[in-house]
Amino acid sequence: MQKYSVFSLIKNAFSDHQNWEVAWKDPTPKKEYDVIIIGGGGHGLATAYYLAKEHNITNVAIIEKGWIGGGNVGRNTTIIRSNYMHDDNALFSEFGMDLWRKMSQDLNYNVMFSPRGIINLAHSDAQMNAYSRRGNSMRLNGIDAVLLNREEVQKRIPMADFSDNVRFPIFGGLMQPSAGTARHDAVAWGYARQADSMGVDIIQNCEVTGFDVTNGKIIGVRTSRGDIKAKKVGLCVAGSTNILAEMLNMTLPIETHLLQACVSEPVKPLLDHVVTFGAGHFYCSQSDKGEMVMGGDLDGYNSYSQRGNLPTLQHVLTEGIAMFPFLSKLKMLRTWGGIMDMSMDGSPIIDKTHIDGLYLNCGWCYGGFKATPASGWTFAHTIAQDRVHELNAGYSLNRFNTGDLIDEKGLGTKTWIS
Amino acid sequence: MLYIFCPHCGLRSQNEFAYGGDATVKRPELNKEISDKDWDNFVYLRKSPRGKHLELWHHISGCRQWIKVERDTSTHEIFKTYKADELTE
Repeated sequence: MQKYSVFSLIKNAFSDHQNWEVAWKDPTPKKEYDVIIIGGGGHGLATAYYLAKEHNITNVAIIEKGWIGGGNVGRNTTIIRSNYMHDDNALFSEFGMDLWRKMSQDLNYNVMFSPRGIINLAHSDAQMNAYSRRGNSMRLNGIDAVLLNREEVQKRIPMADFSDNVRFPIFGGLMQPSAGTARHDAVAWGYARQADSMGVDIIQNCEVTGFDVTNGKIIGVRTSRGDIKAKKVGLCVAGSTNILAEMLNMTLPIETHLLQACVSEPVKPLLDHVVTFGAGHFYCSQSDKGEMVMGGDLDGYNSYSQRGNLPTLQHVLTEGIAMFPFLSKLKMLRTWGGIMDMSMDGSPIIDKTHIDGLYLNCGWCYGGFKATPASGWTFAHTIAQDRVHELNAGYSLNRFNTGDLIDEKGLGTKTWIS
Repeated sequence: MLYIFCPHCGLRSQNEFAYGGDATVKRPELNKEISDKDWDNFVYLRKSPRGKHLELWHHISGCRQWIKVERDTSTHEIFKTYKADELTE
């Protein structure tokens, strides 16, 4: 594989950038693989990469019904954080933060990781108490957390509404300085390029139509490009999880819902951090191009359509304007939607299943992007070793039977009830 | 914007409704002995199909009645709506 560097850039400038190697190949599927990963999104690509890198398993195929990075890894708001209170989530996410910091070097691909800090605003004394508790829990798990008072928040985001007669006055906030953003497409492309170079077949435009299971063991996958045999199969298909589960006669604690995001026209740099509204569901950051990147609530009903509906967008932006009044002056550039695998306790599932050789990675709700490296790393471990790693032991499928739910916010699929 | 036909009030915009989830899920019979597993499955497991989905909506800003809506989850087309006690075979 050609290494990307300033020297290769200069060298290729002389040939008008016509001689760059392709970043990944377009192979036809082989008859058989050791591992098939279904879903060429961030999690699937990362899983294949760590299977090859950490476990030396390279006879791997990624099967993607569309194009790689066309699903939620290309539709998110690029936020990376580990500001969780529960141990399972905190330790898993903080492990991921470490992978994020090293990712550009590790992949030889600039993912533009920008640890600009995230601020969760508080609008009451009770919320300040809750944030202080969450911050302390984070610090006990080795995650940086700073409780900011009103003046400290005002110094960092003076454009927020600090006037006297507001419905939700800003009391302060909880900040994780090491949180930030990354270029989402680059994450998918970086993992794809490295996985491909280590021998992984990335097979696009290949839809799974069924599974071959014999005596409780997976033996292959039926696809729109023919049957492919496999010793092990991993599902990384986010919002499409229930469609594949139905083919396997499985019913999961997952509902598929629609989440929208939007960006404004680009403006000059004014927002240094990722900021979330504490009295509703709205978050905002500014992209390197200057667009305000915004998101909020689910549309609120089961949906597989990857486009949103206006009432939710209006509701979300109303909250945005309550937080940042200047947003009302901006024109909207683009809105889009993706489909989320909402789990019943709001936490993900990375586990084995009752079918031998079939592994499940789902339930990311709308926190999937930041989990990309840690999810891929632990899922690769689970597949390669046929047992969960201690980092994803809490993300078991049977916790809904044992009662070991990880109810970080106690919301599950009905997030709008908060 | 979804437009939902309330069997009690007529055609109204989605803003008047709250979503109540899958209407085909059946609560186990009251006071009947069931296994923990059956209860967990009732509480947590959902088919969440792509395509036709029978679901509950609450006309919260209208007549405050619960209704059943048959809707396509990939196109958002609404085929038919029912009163809450209809279709209970």
